[in-house]
Amino acid sequence: MSSALDTKGASEAASAPPAKVLEVVNVGKRFGSLVAVDDISLAVARGELRAIIGPNGAGKTTFFNLISGFFPPSAGRIVFDGRDVTTMPAYRRVAIGMARTFQITEIFPELSVFENLQIGVEIAAGYRLRPWISRAEKSAVRGRIDEILNLAGLTGKTDRLVGELAHGDQRVAEIAMALTLRPRLLLLDEPAAGMGDQETYTVTKLIRDLHRGAEMAIVLIEHDMRVVFGLADRITVLDRGRVLAEGSPQHIAGDAAVQQAYLGKTA
Amino acid sequence: MTGTLSTRKLAVLLAIWALLALAPYWMPPLGGYTALGTRVLVLALAAMSVNFLLGFTGVLSFGHAAYFGLGAYGAGFALKFLAPSTPLAIVCGMMLGGLVGAALGWVIAHRRGVYFAMVTIAIGQVFYYIAFQWSSLTGGDDGLRGFSRQPIDFGLFKLDIVSNSETFYYFVLVCFALVLAIMAFILRSPFGRTLIAIRENERRARFLGIPVDRHIWIAFSLSCFFMGFAGALYALVNNFADPRGLHYSQSGDFVMMAVMGGMRNFWGPLLGAAVFVVLQDYLSSVTVNWMSGVGALFVVIVLFFPRGLLGFVRSKSQA
Repeated sequence: MSSALDTKGASEAASAPPAKVLEVVNVGKRFGSLVAVDDISLAVARGELRAIIGPNGAGKTTFFNLISGFFPPSAGRIVFDGRDVTTMPAYRRVAIGMARTFQITEIFPELSVFENLQIGVEIAAGYRLRPWISRAEKSAVRGRIDEILNLAGLTGKTDRLVGELAHGDQRVAEIAMALTLRPRLLLLDEPAAGMGDQETYTVTKLIRDLHRGAEMAIVLIEHDMRVVFGLADRITVLDRGRVLAEGSPQHIAGDAAVQQAYLGKTA
Repeated sequence: MTGTLSTRKLAVLLAIWALLALAPYWMPPLGGYTALGTRVLVLALAAMSVNFLLGFTGVLSFGHAAYFGLGAYGAGFALKFLAPSTPLAIVCGMMLGGLVGAALGWVIAHRRGVYFAMVTIAIGQVFYYIAFQWSSLTGGDDGLRGFSRQPIDFGLFKLDIVSNSETFYYFVLVCFALVLAIMAFILRSPFGRTLIAIRENERRARFLGIPVDRHIWIAFSLSCFFMGFAGALYALVNNFADPRGLHYSQSGDFVMMAVMGGMRNFWGPLLGAAVFVVLQDYLSSVTVNWMSGVGALFVVIVLFFPRGLLGFVRSKSQA
């Protein structure tokens, strides 16, 4: 899609399209003497699908944790939709349109698929503190849940406990939970982790469907290169807490530095 | 599952309420007495209040007896110093327990797990020692005396809850039902579901947009109001408020009732409280070491029925 600027390096981030949903400026994170994220700048356009790749320990998940507010950065600035969210607590970032999934599935295992989605839908509707909801509100909630069940292909599993679903379905259920929040930025941490071929195909198709026609930007971390190259508008390669390269899939596939640091080792 | 009650659940509910409503008739032939039933109701209400937090929010308070005791003293003070009115006493007890709980909860709601439990014990003990030491107001070790529950005047008729133990039982049952209805209503609401979400997976709750600390604080405060209500009723049962009602061992008893009955079940603590109180009543007439018997049963239940007695019954009935 918008792959006009196929140049590499963090300095190019500033010249990304003006309609940015996310802008990360010189962000760093230290844990004691360990530098998990050294210095990352990156901008994601509205509706863009960005993949973040890099070898283990490159700082990908730490970077996600900084964007989503899991912990605050040691340095730098994070701007979401024109608002500085650098020190904003995670739950408020969710309220203004940022949702995420985790590398290790975070769901409500002992609740049904329906209940898992119901909680998100009700929060998105602003009912979080409500001690009651009207019949009409209840049926609107139900309608929205059905919509998401349908989108995620979980319709037949409505009343199953999420903890009893197959691994692939659990990962999809987590994405579905994030969708209840109607995010403008969706962060997916290894959506295809631990999945077989069929499951990987299903989740890739789901993400492509979500991307198509929606205003939602998606940033995903992934190790499965079929998923990355099958989906991404642009790819950012991280290595040792820095941006090694950034550009279109074709550009990244041909980049010598990337091949040396990453693709060469695992492919 | 998704909102409406199934006929099976309805039948169970009817059976529970019928059993409670007819207790003054079936208890005496079985060797019980009505006042014992009243005690079960009040302590069950307290255990259910603890479980509102423990079983449905996933937060363990080991100092909830403080708010129970404050409820009892609040009711006692109201009857002794304000006006001879039973409803006023209950409201005062509930407000004292609830408001103090809400204020302290604000300070501690960001603590988790063992740290939260430790802080609640410490705070609870502070109130225990205040009640114990401030003799001029609280009666110290002897407890607060010199008040008694009053008949309730409905204008057309008076409800004699003073000398008629059956009437008092039904009065307590109505109070019990009222608080339970409020609890169940909250738990079935969107807010109630955010509490379940926190219990199930705090991280996911946070990243669904729930300000977890604030919701835990609200749940803690609500459970303190319920606890104060139960404490006020307890003062009316005994016409007496005891400093030992604030002690952490009393908090432990409430947690034990909830765990024995089954803390993932709304009705679990009622069963736990019934077993606890009846066993205490029977064993304490046999030996002063009655707690050993209750303790042994507790160990057996935790070892063999980790979901509590009701959890065990439910898994059997569904199999």
